[in-house]
Parts: sequence; structure tokens; C-alpha cells
Amino acid sequence: MFPIVEARVLGPNVKEFEIAAPRVARKHQAGQFIILRIYDRGERIPLTIKSADRERGTITIVVQAIGKTTSLLNELGKGDSILDVVGPLGKPSEIEKFGTVVVIGGGVGTAIALPTAAALRDAGNHVIAILGARNKGLVILENDIRAASHETFIMTDDGSYGEKGLVTDKLRELIASRGVDFVLAIGPIPMMRAVAECTRPQSIRTVVSLNSIMVDGTGMCGGCRVMIGNSSKFACVDGPEFDAHEVDFKVLMQRNEMYKESEQKAMADFRLNGGEEVKRVRGACANG
Amino acid sequence: MANTIPNKERMKMPRQPMPERHAHARARSFEEVNLGYDLDLVALEALRCLACAKPACTSGCPVGVKVKDFVDLIIAGDYLGAAAKIREDNALPAITGRVCPQEDQCEGGCIMSKRADSLAIGHLERFIADYERASGKVGIPTIAPRTGKKVAIVGSGPAGLSAAGDLVQKGHQVRVFEALHELGGVLVYGIPEFRLPKEIVKQDIDVLRAMGVEFETNVVVGKSVTLDELMGEEGYDAVFVATGAGLPQFLSIPGESLNGVYSANEFLTRINLMRAYRFPEYDEPVYDCRDKDVVVVGAGNTAMDSVRTALRLGARSATLVYRRGEEEMPARKEEIKHAKEEGVIFRMLTNPVEMVGTEKGWLTGVRCVDMELGEPDESGRRKPIPVAGSEFVIDASVAIIAAGTGANPLVQSTTPDLATNKKNYIVADPESLRTSKRGVFAGGDIVTGGATVILAMGAGRKAAKSIHEYVTTMTW
Repeated sequence: MFPIVEARVLGPNVKEFEIAAPRVARKHQAGQFIILRIYDRGERIPLTIKSADRERGTITIVVQAIGKTTSLLNELGKGDSILDVVGPLGKPSEIEKFGTVVVIGGGVGTAIALPTAAALRDAGNHVIAILGARNKGLVILENDIRAASHETFIMTDDGSYGEKGLVTDKLRELIASRGVDFVLAIGPIPMMRAVAECTRPQSIRTVVSLNSIMVDGTGMCGGCRVMIGNSSKFACVDGPEFDAHEVDFKVLMQRNEMYKESEQKAMADFRLNGGEEVKRVRGACANG
Repeated sequence: MANTIPNKERMKMPRQPMPERHAHARARSFEEVNLGYDLDLVALEALRCLACAKPACTSGCPVGVKVKDFVDLIIAGDYLGAAAKIREDNALPAITGRVCPQEDQCEGGCIMSKRADSLAIGHLERFIADYERASGKVGIPTIAPRTGKKVAIVGSGPAGLSAAGDLVQKGHQVRVFEALHELGGVLVYGIPEFRLPKEIVKQDIDVLRAMGVEFETNVVVGKSVTLDELMGEEGYDAVFVATGAGLPQFLSIPGESLNGVYSANEFLTRINLMRAYRFPEYDEPVYDCRDKDVVVVGAGNTAMDSVRTALRLGARSATLVYRRGEEEMPARKEEIKHAKEEGVIFRMLTNPVEMVGTEKGWLTGVRCVDMELGEPDESGRRKPIPVAGSEFVIDASVAIIAAGTGANPLVQSTTPDLATNKKNYIVADPESLRTSKRGVFAGGDIVTGGATVILAMGAGRKAAKSIHEYVTTMTW
């Protein structure tokens, strides 16, 4: 059992959890993820680690409720427990002194980009952060990202906060006005693909973190395979970060559709009967 | 009671068949196929043993089970005694009684196999293990006084469990680390319920726990903790790496990224470990195979497990595609027989060349080419050669690749002083199982490449013996 020691709401359907997982906390490096299973009939899902506190033996994750498992997770709070947490998995982000770097976070991708942004700053880079969201209410972790970067720009689709426009609008402007040496983009697949196209003409080194479907997370099943250049790679052990200009985003999107029907069914059931399920899971937590 | 039947008469007694669930009833059910002997069948079968002076059954067994002795105890009616006798050499008898390739090992050595059918040693072992479990009187072997030595075992599959059982008996403190959330390794993620019920694996593990073995799940050694940390701050005197061959091999043909193409590892893990066949009661999904055509590529036990699982998920057709002939299939004869009875279509001398699918990326078929057998290759088997112009497509919504596994690199990649061969398997001395790194031993599939449960268990026993010597003397 992995107790939830803190939980707070960051935005609509977005929640942050601090979980006691001493082994993971001790070894975590920016860019790595965990796999968790909430209860005995649950599925295994990967979630990137936002931060780790070695002394407290805890890790922090940010969860957006999309499907059944994330919705169930977001019903839990301080004092509840998660049955299984394993990690840290995947390769850490490559941290070097590149010069001027732009870190782009779309939606909850901001949480994932945060530790890498801080590590890039600590490595002596000038870090510019761009946060993208549909509207003001969906901007999360603004203060954290401001603390981890030298400059921060916020872009909203409707202009309700920061500037109106896409993250790529700001990125293009920065490339033209000051030159950019390295870009990290984490967020929805269409956003990452757009960033890759934006930096391709000048061959600016660009890295994205891929969220393909996983089961074990240790390279054992190959379900998370993605096409990188002309070769098949496993996001769980070869990634999750890859050179954005080599990623076949079409295959990634197609493979993420694999269980759409099942996911919709599970979510519909959860909407109907989720209350009972949540009660049972919380009861199991209480019984240890 | 001793066996008073003359040997000549014993030779004439027929081998008692294993009672099975009917093919029609079982082909759509995850319930166990083999039902097990009853008391009458056991008594009859045991009497067939010729009680050889030099039993080749024991020498044919990778863990050296004393077959003659336990069969004697069966004849005497002492079933719990027989169980204790097996446990002296084999920590997982209910498992090996079900999944060992006995025909190549104990039963292959049986003198009767030369002239008639061998003694059904596997069926007897299974009966004894099940009898012991049902009696609730599982005999815990004697545990030596505590030595104060600590041994870490990486992986809770057959090699790791077998080593743990032997080492804890010697009085060492033993802790088994498992990457997944459930213990048993390939016994729980790989082998399906209808061949090896998970409850049996759990109970054999509970016996090890009662013997004092500690288990920790959700630890990926190499990521959550390194070998150096285990032997450093965590204070282990020795480590046994038994991580298995968990790296799926794909075919490197076009279309393997299509939705519907699985590695056997993924397909079986979803079903066995995650219970996806019970979706939506369980949350992990698997492609809905009902009324779909499924193709499985390969010819080993994993391919058989995959294709028979597809049938049980309600597939309209389940076809096995193999580039060589049926004679060359590495799967156990019993698995092939069961698969055929259940309605699996066998397409031998057929090799997939492309996965074909829709514009949107969903699999619709497997393009194959006919093969013919040429001269023997380095494996001694006749080499399959494509027949020009013979390409055709087998309709399929799901294709499962069961073409072998490679070495999972997680431990090796974070242990630079651990020598590996060019295929990235760990190099270990064949007798002592010592690796290039002091205090580290390795065995099972991570050294040999994909093999069988019992060979991994044999490696586990060997490692335990060698580790015991090392931690006792602390000389490398």
C-alpha cells in the first residue's frame, strides 16, 4: 500500500497527489514516470513524476481525470492509499547546457515538464517557459513554473489569460527574435506535433515526452511501441522522451485509439456506478 | 504395501490417461483443461513403475526429484509422505506436475518408454501435490538455524522461487524482489489459467512465505534499486539475478504498428496478470476478439497458450502460422493435441511477410508466403525457404507474435561490471552460476534465453547451492 499523504485540486478535473513511495523518491530523476494500480481489479497506468522528496520519501504526481482510472484516482484524497506504485521507470531527461531553452507545457504536460525545466535551469541554461491552455481556468502550476524558469509566457486559446494564441505562435516569435537552442514540449499529441514542425526547418533540437499505452512499463510487453525514425522503440524503456523530429505522431495517435471503445464503456459505467466503486476502494484503503 | 506384481505384468499394464474437460466444453472456458487423476487412477498408474536400480527418471529431472521413492510411498498409500519426498527437491510440485515437458525429462528417461508408454510421472506428481494442498497439511521442510547471511533474489519466477526455497532452508535470510504487482513471474503473467490456475501458484508461494521467505513486489531492480545498492546500503551478501527473458521479439515486417498486433507477452499479460478477459469487471482491456479472426505466429508453448486463449475470448477462428512443419514445432505434444481438439487451425510451412490494415491503422489480415523445407540449418532442423509467387492473405483483426523473447536489459544496463554476451544475456559460469561481479549469481532465462519452467527451477537450485557455499565461506 502506498498512502496518499497530501492531495490538492489544481484546476477543473486536475488534482495533485503526494504519495509515500520511498524507493521511487530516492531514485527519481526528472523525466521519469511511475506505473500505478489503484485497487485489486484496477488497470496499470503510467503517470509522470512531477517531483520527489527524498527525505519525506514521497513523490508528487498530477492527474487529469479523463478515463475511469484517472477519474477514480481523483476521487481519492489524503489518508487513502494506492495499492501498487512502481518506479521510477523510463530514462531520465537529458540535461545539458544548451544555451537558451524553451520549455512548453500544454495542460497537465506542465506538471511533467516542471522538473526538467528546473534541471535545465540548474544546468546553466536560460529557461523560457510557455504554458498553453484553452482558457484561464485551465492554467495550472503557474507559480511553480515561474520559479523554475527565467521567463514565463502564458497562451490561452480564448485570450482569457496571458496572450491569445497557440504555444507555437510564441515559440515562432522567440525563435525569430532571440534564437533558441533547445525545446522541450510536453502536452497533447497535436501540440507536440505542431512544435516539432515549428522547429524542424531550423533543426532546433526538440524533445517530446510520449504517453503511449503501457502495461508493465519494464519493456516486457511492447504495447507502448512507437515509431522513431524507421525503427520501433518502447516508450517505457527507450523513452518516454524522444527526438520530436523523429517521432511518427500519426502512429502514436492511432495506437492510442486502440482501446477507445473499452475506455468509453468503462467511463460510462463509472459515471453510473462510480460512487459505489469509490466507496469500496476507500474502504479497502481503510482496512489496510 | 509393496508392489508384488511381476515386472513382465507391469509392462503390460496400460498408462492411465489424464481425465480432461471435453474439448467443446473447454474451448470457450478458462477453467483448467486437465482434471487430474483420482485415487483409483493413481493407484493403478503407480503400480506400473518398474523400480529400476538406476532410475533414469531422476537423472532426467533438472531438479532431481526422487521419483522411485515417491512412487513407492504412493503404492504404500502414504500420499503426504510422497509429497514431502517431492518437496525435498522441488518447491513447486503442483506447478511442475502441470507444465513440465515430462516427455523430454523424467518420462523421457523412463525405461518403459523404450517399449511401451512411460510411467505418467507428471500426472502422479500433480495428484500428490493437489492431494497435499487439499489436505491442508502441507509439510514445511526443516529450516536450519539462522546464519545471519542475507540473500536478495531478483525475480519471482520459477528460478527465483526455487532458489528462495533452498536458501531459506539453509537458514539464510531471503528476500525476493518482483517488478510486477503479483508474484510468480511467467507463472502468472505468461501461463494461462486453463493450464495453470493462479490459485495454485499463490498457494505454492504461500508455502515459501511460511518457510520464512520475504517478498517485495513493485521493485524494478535496475531502476528502483541497483545491484550495488542491494549489496551496499541494503546489506545483502549475495544476489541471484533471475529476471527471465522478458523482452518480446517482433518480426520486423511492415505493419507491426497496426492496432490489433500484439506480442504474445502483451496479449497474455493482459489476460493472465490483468484478467482482461473479465473486462469490465476488471479495468484492463484487451481487444474484443469475439467473432473476430485471430492469427498467432509461432510454434512454441507460448504460441499455443496465445492461440488457445484467443479461442476462449470468443474468436471466430484461431489460426496458428508457422514457417516450418508440425514435426519441428517446439511446443509440447500435449499442447498441440489440446489445441487441435479445441479447433485451432494449423497452417504449417507458412510465413508472415506483412501485416495489412485499414487507412486508419486497424489490422485486417496477415500476408503470408508458403514455405518449403530445404537443407538442415545450424539448429539441425530443415531450413524453410519461401515459395516464389505464393503470397496470400489470411483475414485477421488480431495477430499475436509468439516468435521468442530476448534478454530484458534493465539490470544489465545499470550494472556496468556485469558481463553480458552479444545478445545481452548475462554471462554466468554453467556450474557455479557466478557472474563477472563478486557476490552476483544469475540463472534461468536471463542466462540461457527462453526455456522451460523446470530448467529455470533447476538453475535456481544450482544457484542456491552455489550461493550457500559463497556466503558460508565468503570466498569468490
